Amino acid sequence: MSQAVAAEGTRVGVLAIQGAVDKHFAMLERLGVRGVRVLGKEDLAGLRGLIIPGGESTTISKGLDRLGLFEPIRAFARAGGRILGTCAGAILLARECENHPVPTLELLDVRAVRNAYGTQVDSFVAQADPGAAANLEGMGCVFIRAPQIADPGPEVEVLLRVDGLPVLVRQGRILASTFHPELADDPRLHALMLGL
Amino acid sequence: MAKSENGNGQARRGAESFDLKIGLAEMLKGGVIMDVTDVDQAKIAEDAGACAVMALERVPADIRRDGGVARMSAVDMIEGIQRSVSIPVMAKVRIGHIAEARVLEALGVDFIDESEVLTPADDEHHIDKHGFKSPFVCGARNLGEALRRIGEGAAMIRTKGEAGSGNIVEAVRHLRSVCGEIRALQALRPEELMAQAKHLQAPYELVRLVHANGCLPVPNFAAGGIATPADASLCRELGAEAIFVGSGIFKSEDPSARARAIVRANTHWDNPAEVVASCRGLASAMEGIEMSTLAESERLANRGW
Repeated sequence: MSQAVAAEGTRVGVLAIQGAVDKHFAMLERLGVRGVRVLGKEDLAGLRGLIIPGGESTTISKGLDRLGLFEPIRAFARAGGRILGTCAGAILLARECENHPVPTLELLDVRAVRNAYGTQVDSFVAQADPGAAANLEGMGCVFIRAPQIADPGPEVEVLLRVDGLPVLVRQGRILASTFHPELADDPRLHALMLGL
Repeated sequence: MAKSENGNGQARRGAESFDLKIGLAEMLKGGVIMDVTDVDQAKIAEDAGACAVMALERVPADIRRDGGVARMSAVDMIEGIQRSVSIPVMAKVRIGHIAEARVLEALGVDFIDESEVLTPADDEHHIDKHGFKSPFVCGARNLGEALRRIGEGAAMIRTKGEAGSGNIVEAVRHLRSVCGEIRALQALRPEELMAQAKHLQAPYELVRLVHANGCLPVPNFAAGGIATPADASLCRELGAEAIFVGSGIFKSEDPSARARAIVRANTHWDNPAEVVASCRGLASAMEGIEMSTLAESERLANRGW
């Protein structure tokens, strides 16, 4: 698990509009990577990757709009930047979302269905189905008011499933999980992102 | 749910369930939770960037003005708000009112606030919150009170402040108590922790956890008296991880603009230029209450123990 994931001095941004920012910082620290708060386009300079954390997708989407960050993040992705979106972050990466749609970054060719499992009383923990890709076998997945990923396009690879449904997908250097790797004691997904 | 990792039964599932509750609290960090009394207000809050809404019949300032018994909100009102917004919906129950809490859980409310703002149903006992699937948030004035609530199963603490006062002084007092007592606890030697647990009237295991980690085992938010963008920034400066705003928004002159301003100042709480920008052009804040004019019996923070 402790493969060398990044060169010394590597920095990864965490979009800090709202949500589980600290937990991602803690994961990055475990991997020896410095996390920086991203609240403006100048914060994106020189980052190896960007994490869009879980939180409320409506709140974060409105923040992206107010801060004028939609285009700079798209440009960051076009320039080869790695992006990991977790839960709300996955919704914001999707090409579209349904069930109270919000403007998204449209960097990932999937449709996100918000709150697809229900409210907080329907939140759950599950183990990924066997047959996981990318050395993620046995990953424990924490779902909190989670979305579902539907209609993945041809360039989207499904890396993990739970109960047959995609919960972690990849398109180029974009990774999106509907669960919260930052809440489990397992930095493999963060390491995977750094190594893309 | 819960295909438990090692399948070792009840204890593991219990821990998992508590982690899920704290997990939602983690997702609300860095956000603003706004009190709303109808669907229109809920939409204004969501549109302004609130990360959750608290559905209640009257904002605390009106509860204070009207008097009488304040109870859990009407079911129809809560359901209407649940249908109209995508962000989490919270609602309040009276301290110790197990049955009101069961109603909110059955409604699928995302967070239950066992709140001193409502008239207590039990003046000795709070709810055993471990027995619920819904997470609970509870108020606290100091570390001992926070740890007693966490011991009962609260997955989030909010410092009480003085709800409906529009006066930040009590929120500051309670934040300073909780955070200051945590710092003092960290300075103790291990053999001093049991005596400190006795002094705090708090569960020993939780006292040990706070000593080891330097923070509460659940997220710590602030509430009670926040009325301006600078109030939001102050609470974050003093250690709150997110804020609740009650009367401060819908008792102000232009709720929508004030809601947006408080959200902005809360996101950029440590950047004065952004706080300045959030304050520009704002209409008047709610009128506040000077604490010395409130009799002890009128202080909501004194409810619960």
